[in-house]
Amino acid sequence: MAATSAAPPPAPTGRRFSVGPSVGLLPFLVYLSIFLLVPTITVLVGAFQDDQGGFSLQKIGKLNDELPLHVLRESLLLSFISAAVGAVLGALLAYLIVTAPPTSVLRRVVTAVCGVLAQFGGVTLAFAWIATLGFGGLLTKVLADTLGTDPNGISELYELPGLVLVYTYFQIPLMVIVFLPALEGLRPQWREAAVNLGATTWQYWTQVAFPLLRPAFLGSMLLLFANAFAAYATAAALVSQGSPILPLLIRNSLTSEIVLGEQNFAYALALEMVVVVAIVMSLYAWLLKRTSRWLS
Amino acid sequence: MKVRSTLVTLVALVAASALAGCAPPEEDDNEPTPGGVDAKTATSAEDFGGMDELVKAAQEEGELNVIALPPDWANYGTIISTFEDKYDIKVNSDQPDAASQDEINAANQLKGTDRAPDVFDLGQSVALANTDLFAPYKVETFDEIPDEFKDPDGTWVNDYGGFMSVGYDSEVVPEVTSLDDLLGPDFKGKVALNGDPTAAGAAFSGVVMASIANGGSVDDIAPGVEYFKKLKDAGNFLPVDPTSATIQSGQTPVVIDWDYLNAAETANIPSWKVFVPEEAAVAGYYFQAINADAPHPAAARLWQEFLYSDEGQNLWLAGGARPVRADAMVEAGTIDQDLYDALPEVAGTPVIPTNEQTEVMAAYLAENWAKAVG
Amino acid sequence: MSGSTVWRIVRWLLLLLFAAFFAIPLLALLNFSTKDTVTDGRTLAAWQALTQDPTMTDAIITSLLLALLTVVGMVVLLVPTMIWVRLRVPGATRMIEFLCLLPLTIPALVIVVGLTNVYAWVNYLVGDSALTLAFVYVVLVLPYAYRAIDSSLSSLDAMTLAEAARSLGASWFTVITRVILPNLWPGVLGGAFIAVALVLGEYTISSLTHYNTLPVVIVQISKADAPQSMAAALASLLFAAILLVGLSFLDRRRRTTTGRS
Repeated sequence: MAATSAAPPPAPTGRRFSVGPSVGLLPFLVYLSIFLLVPTITVLVGAFQDDQGGFSLQKIGKLNDELPLHVLRESLLLSFISAAVGAVLGALLAYLIVTAPPTSVLRRVVTAVCGVLAQFGGVTLAFAWIATLGFGGLLTKVLADTLGTDPNGISELYELPGLVLVYTYFQIPLMVIVFLPALEGLRPQWREAAVNLGATTWQYWTQVAFPLLRPAFLGSMLLLFANAFAAYATAAALVSQGSPILPLLIRNSLTSEIVLGEQNFAYALALEMVVVVAIVMSLYAWLLKRTSRWLS
Repeated sequence: MKVRSTLVTLVALVAASALAGCAPPEEDDNEPTPGGVDAKTATSAEDFGGMDELVKAAQEEGELNVIALPPDWANYGTIISTFEDKYDIKVNSDQPDAASQDEINAANQLKGTDRAPDVFDLGQSVALANTDLFAPYKVETFDEIPDEFKDPDGTWVNDYGGFMSVGYDSEVVPEVTSLDDLLGPDFKGKVALNGDPTAAGAAFSGVVMASIANGGSVDDIAPGVEYFKKLKDAGNFLPVDPTSATIQSGQTPVVIDWDYLNAAETANIPSWKVFVPEEAAVAGYYFQAINADAPHPAAARLWQEFLYSDEGQNLWLAGGARPVRADAMVEAGTIDQDLYDALPEVAGTPVIPTNEQTEVMAAYLAENWAKAVG
Repeated sequence: MSGSTVWRIVRWLLLLLFAAFFAIPLLALLNFSTKDTVTDGRTLAAWQALTQDPTMTDAIITSLLLALLTVVGMVVLLVPTMIWVRLRVPGATRMIEFLCLLPLTIPALVIVVGLTNVYAWVNYLVGDSALTLAFVYVVLVLPYAYRAIDSSLSSLDAMTLAEAARSLGASWFTVITRVILPNLWPGVLGGAFIAVALVLGEYTISSLTHYNTLPVVIVQISKADAPQSMAAALASLLFAAILLVGLSFLDRRRRTTTGRS
């Protein structure tokens, strides 16, 4: 994701900035503000309102209750585990294919498959795993025979452990897509230079490659974290009992017929979500800048 | 110059945002019926000039929007098709899997459009919290409905109810004579609850039933949560949403749900039995109401008349639910006696939590359910 | 040398493990959707139901139309804007880039939670149909489309092309549509393919605004007819896969024609 450098200022006709050219951006800006900024601002404002519509910190304060805190913890844990596992395995997979030439079949197939699995929504993937480990699943009988698990399906699939598994399934491909450019930026000349100076493979990796790759790796892991934290579809399709993570608590606050009047609390929870993701993404952007110094 | 362009941009943005942030003007299409009656404010069939006029006005509108009515829930599939055939009115059944709150959300979101729901069938909490959205209407048989099951103005009326029960496949698990049986080793990984109790009314009543059976009451749901925690620790609790499909495939051999929903499964699996605990007969009635902003007000009112007529009430009975006019119909002999006798045995005094009690229990549940079962 | 052969073997072993991990759930989808629970054999009934069940066919058509509308919206909104920025308002590059990447930071769940009033307006002005989701989907697709078009745009010397066209008397409209755009089509196509994949799998916004798009119906139907929903899930995944594999072929062509290694 290389940033474009600014083009030289003088316009072809010799005129400098006037109202004219900027107005051309208006349709885009208006569209974006209506469909992106207004909803976000609605959430921001709604989080600070109470049920009667006046200003109040009541709903924000409710974020500190036991259940929302527990749910936040679970969400952070889920995002962290799936991001960490996804990052390590994804980096490994990326390394396995980076040595193949860009036009080789292997590389193109892996990149295409990773593209599909990373971009495609969580519903399909959730069902794929239900078809694997759930009732009548492909592996259910095999696992029951060998490991003694429940022959009717692994019920943990519908709870937090299942979420970790399915999340990792789309985190690995995302990692491959995001980390591959960084690995490609590792010039073979550096390795040759290191070898010439007497370094072993181990020394090359630990003292040259890893330090260079670390910002990219951490940045990619942060992106994975944000991706997992904001994900909704997979959990909505998989979990039916309880709201173990933050997005499901938001859904519950909006649609529950037992605990009523929680719409504004849903706004507060959404605000919490935006704040966490924004922090993570800012760190990611900062790490990205550090990466591009060496590896672009 | 750059400042000016920025200002222009900003002004346009602010204008667009402010506009988008407010609610749009409402569409006002209050057309009176051919007879000169404003269907939206009619409070009984007389306001239309009699049942026939009501039917005519409804047929003029030609359509009815219903929401959250699964076809296999208390025989709603047959009820809808019977209504369609009888009055030649097309019924648009939206979101059959929606919950009560979704119905209200849809009404608010689609306000003023043609897609808004005309009628609601809601759980207790949601119904009583949103009465300002309803239009009062008294059906012809209004007086035959007991007072505790209706609002005096007809803003809402209970339509059908049932008892919380345990449905089970008697070929897969042993007979269930009390809730404690479900904690035994024969039930490992087999017991499912219909929904999440912090979200769905049926599941909530299931936990209330467990609570009362274990020493709790309608003011104290803690024993119920304890019971499910024990169920989970024993490995018997299955966190899967039971549906007709999962019951037939054998994925959920034991289901805690309303008795009419469990009774409907006997048609699919002959060995499916329904058990209502004597010491914890938790009853629940659903609430029928008309949307004050219904796009098809006459059709909505005709729907009510149909549901509370003998025909409609018997159709609900066919679905295993207890129609609200049951007592009056038994006296008048208009009830389908065979179906009535086929309802599951319920010994013990029925328990119905009030709205306030439900709120207190819901608050406790919200705090503690995730910990017990998650 | 034995060291590198060991590494070669290890490499292929690991790749095989990864392939198995990714393939098994997809094979499971195929397995489940072709199972006949009554006879324990294979049946294509679920796949046939995809074309016969009206709810499902409606949802498929809705989703495909939404994908098309989103791509059109993306092309109409984003491409001229990016070209315009590149040519006439280069100082706005950073801002546009930030705005285009903003949807990555604002989760779809948050957008849909705050969308009520905006949607009331949309329904009032345009009518009530699932196709209005295209408005929001264009926003969701922006980051990916931006990257695809940007890399294409950067490989062009847009300024020179524009100057040449202008000096020959072309209007700005002609410059954008007939000079720059035809050179951009690999990037636009790339963005379009990703947009289609994203729209076909989008569940968050469509489920919470209660429209019956394909993923929503897949979840709905799974309660009543699990094999059919598995078949639909696999079908949509394969469709998106074919599109994205096609994209990778396009990529290779672009790489060789522009001479970048």
